[in-house]
Amino acid sequence: MSRLPSRRRLLAIAAAAVVASLLPLVVKAPAAQNTAILMLMTAQLGVAWNLLGGYAGQVSLGHAAFFGCGAYVSTFLLLRLGLSPWLGMAAGAVAAAALSMVIGWPCFRLRGHYFAMATIAVGEIVQAVVANWDALGGAVGLYLPVAEAGWRGLVWNTTKLPYYYVALGLLVLTLLVSAAVVRSHVGYYLRAIKDEPDAARSLGVSLTRYKLVAIALSSALTAAGGTLYAQKELYIDPGSVLPTALSIKVALVAILGGVSTLSGPIVGAVVLTAIEEGSRRAFGGTGRGTDLVIYGLLIIAVAVFRPAGILGILERRRHLAARGEEPRPAPAAGGQGT
Amino acid sequence: MEQALSVEILVQTLLSGVLIGLVYALVAVGLTLIFGVMDIVNFAHGEFLMLGMYASFWGWALFRLDPVVTLPLTAVLLFAFGAAVYRLVIRRIIAAPMLSQIFTTFGLMILLRGAAQYLWKPDFRSVESTIVSGRVTLLGLPFGLPQVVAAAGAVLTTAGVWWFMRSTRTGAALEATAADKEAAALMGIDAQRMFAIAWGIGAACAGVAGALLATYFPVFPEVGANFILIAFVLVALGGFGSVIGALWAGILVGVVEVLGGFLVGPAYKLVLVLALYLVVVWLRPHGLMGRA
Amino acid sequence: MTLLEVRELTKRFGGLVATDGVSFSLGAGEILGLIGPNGAGKTTLFNCVAGAFAPTRGEIRLEGEAIGGLPPERVAALGVARTFQIVRIFRSLTVVENVMVGAMLREKGIAAAERIALDTLAFTGLERSAGDPASLLTVAEQKRLEVARALATRPRLLLLDEVMAGLTPSEVGEAVDLVRRIRARGIACIVVEHVMEGIMPLADRILVLDRGRKIAEGTPAAVAADPAVIEAYLGDGGRAPGP
Repeated sequence: MSRLPSRRRLLAIAAAAVVASLLPLVVKAPAAQNTAILMLMTAQLGVAWNLLGGYAGQVSLGHAAFFGCGAYVSTFLLLRLGLSPWLGMAAGAVAAAALSMVIGWPCFRLRGHYFAMATIAVGEIVQAVVANWDALGGAVGLYLPVAEAGWRGLVWNTTKLPYYYVALGLLVLTLLVSAAVVRSHVGYYLRAIKDEPDAARSLGVSLTRYKLVAIALSSALTAAGGTLYAQKELYIDPGSVLPTALSIKVALVAILGGVSTLSGPIVGAVVLTAIEEGSRRAFGGTGRGTDLVIYGLLIIAVAVFRPAGILGILERRRHLAARGEEPRPAPAAGGQGT
Repeated sequence: MEQALSVEILVQTLLSGVLIGLVYALVAVGLTLIFGVMDIVNFAHGEFLMLGMYASFWGWALFRLDPVVTLPLTAVLLFAFGAAVYRLVIRRIIAAPMLSQIFTTFGLMILLRGAAQYLWKPDFRSVESTIVSGRVTLLGLPFGLPQVVAAAGAVLTTAGVWWFMRSTRTGAALEATAADKEAAALMGIDAQRMFAIAWGIGAACAGVAGALLATYFPVFPEVGANFILIAFVLVALGGFGSVIGALWAGILVGVVEVLGGFLVGPAYKLVLVLALYLVVVWLRPHGLMGRA
Repeated sequence: MTLLEVRELTKRFGGLVATDGVSFSLGAGEILGLIGPNGAGKTTLFNCVAGAFAPTRGEIRLEGEAIGGLPPERVAALGVARTFQIVRIFRSLTVVENVMVGAMLREKGIAAAERIALDTLAFTGLERSAGDPASLLTVAEQKRLEVARALATRPRLLLLDEVMAGLTPSEVGEAVDLVRRIRARGIACIVVEHVMEGIMPLADRILVLDRGRKIAEGTPAAVAADPAVIEAYLGDGGRAPGP
């Protein structure tokens, strides 16, 4: 049962944001701070994905295309025209929104497995095309210059800390946009489309129009995350910003945390990043495959045992406790398919 | 890339496409069988192929057994593995929403890849000098013998699966379960057993394809990724659930891939296939031959 | 004043003719019952009017405007609402949110939509469950929720698909009462039904279909006595409709 973000919930998010902004004062080690930045960036992507995948029920497994779009557009404009990355971020978002609507319009006709496969196909095509596009660096990629560190250029090289605040700001923005959408008639329509598309149509809802709105917003926000990534890593290539693995990760984060909630993806991102970093350190590097094994087991466990995600578990317990009942095994969460 | 496009080269390219296409088709047959019987898309299907390849490789590396010789054993091993995967994991998500099913098999894919990487290291391996190494001449044109044998083996296996579905009681039971699970149950068909068998056969198909490929294709943990995407395209093109559709689609896609790669460039091979998928699915949402 | 006019409506699926040249008309505020043995084509006809199917041939006019072949969302905007034979409520929404989705066709603002929804829930007797998850309602309540949701779109014509199936006798009585109150609001209804105890006392006119064709049309009493109708039902092995 998807919860509508209430005023109280939004205040809770605001409070959490304030607390989060104070975190770097407590956590000072650069490695830990970097992990925190990673969590914020992953969370932001998850929340953006969730607008389309969780609320509208359109499971995209090709969202990396939009992430990469943002990264490449802003980087290209920076390299060729010297355009400020902030403007580049906006340009990337607009480009991604346009791209998403071009892709979405024919794809939304597809349902179920066909749609999921189509999104994978689109993601792979974009990656292959960019890898062969010389103006974008092809398979080699693009390096970003560090002319002048600072907020104007959205780039720092002596410390990563400002990136933390940009990531936090972007996450808060993504949450606010999502909350605004979900609390509007668009949000109601999207949830209706997810549950029973034919019934929604019988109530006058144009499926295509609202799915396009969802994908445009979702892709624009995802693209903004791509620009931030580019400005932080100072190097992008198809393998880092466009791979299907990234698309999967973004979707997984939302599912792990709970797709029907606004903050579910944040929980998922924190957990997933912690596991990734943890297993990386415990098993010494990603070359051994052990983190993949853990990853895989985790995905299976969540999908099999807790389709409602971590927040879904907590929600059920709270709901049942309020009714004075013992929690039974959660039913297969209804209405979460396409 | 700009070779002279003579008729010979064109025919050779076309036939090469058909040869690989037939192997793709076998992989897709396994995938479409699983979907046809129980409406689950197995994202880990490429990993069954990968395991088949490794089984053949280790048989050769450790015991000097030729992949062609160990092929029946590989098939049995993968059948058992597929049935086990069903009993342990898939059984629990039969009634789950599609999203859960997608992620379960996706998780399985990542798990198997990671396990392979951990157990056998990410290095590329090759089986060298097998019974079928060498060249053969068809229509006066040279082809690799392993490729031809692989294609022949794929056709035989596909025909075997098709015959099994048509002419045995178990096959009929599978078809019945695919058509109407409840009705089949009323007739005394054990759906759980059918599902396990479907997974077993599906995995075996992929495993056999892997064993055939091992005679000339490199073996490494991520090799499944090359084939799963194409297998999906085949199933979507041929129609989810249609064995014959998978065969036709395999040939079509094999030809498009090789011919397109030749004409446009090897880097674009996958793009062309995926673009073909998108075009077909937009025009005919149920594939070329599929059921709704 | 003719609200709905259907002329020579035919729907073919491949070789199968599900609806064959059916014609009828409906006035504002009329209740038309649509009955017939299984496979008679009632649901197909219903779906054509609702926009779920495009007719193969024939015309459907709503107050003179052609609506045949328009998609469901357009038909809804023009004032035709429907319920579903197998209930399709929005399970992840609450009861009032379900109805709000309907209300949002006319009123995009949340507060206004909520007011309309609560009014409609009161009209259908579901106001006490407003904040509950829709999935927790009983089947009878879910059917009423679907009706409320459809009503919230401010339709001129309401299509009810086997609303009374599976209801207890007292629930059937409540359903009849509800449809009468809907008619009192000036909304015309086409009611597809198998439950004769419900439709016979309710409908102003009854249309009987058999094998895709109209075989009788008239008052409930006239239709019940019609030999062709009795034949169609007895031939089907079922009970002939009685008053």
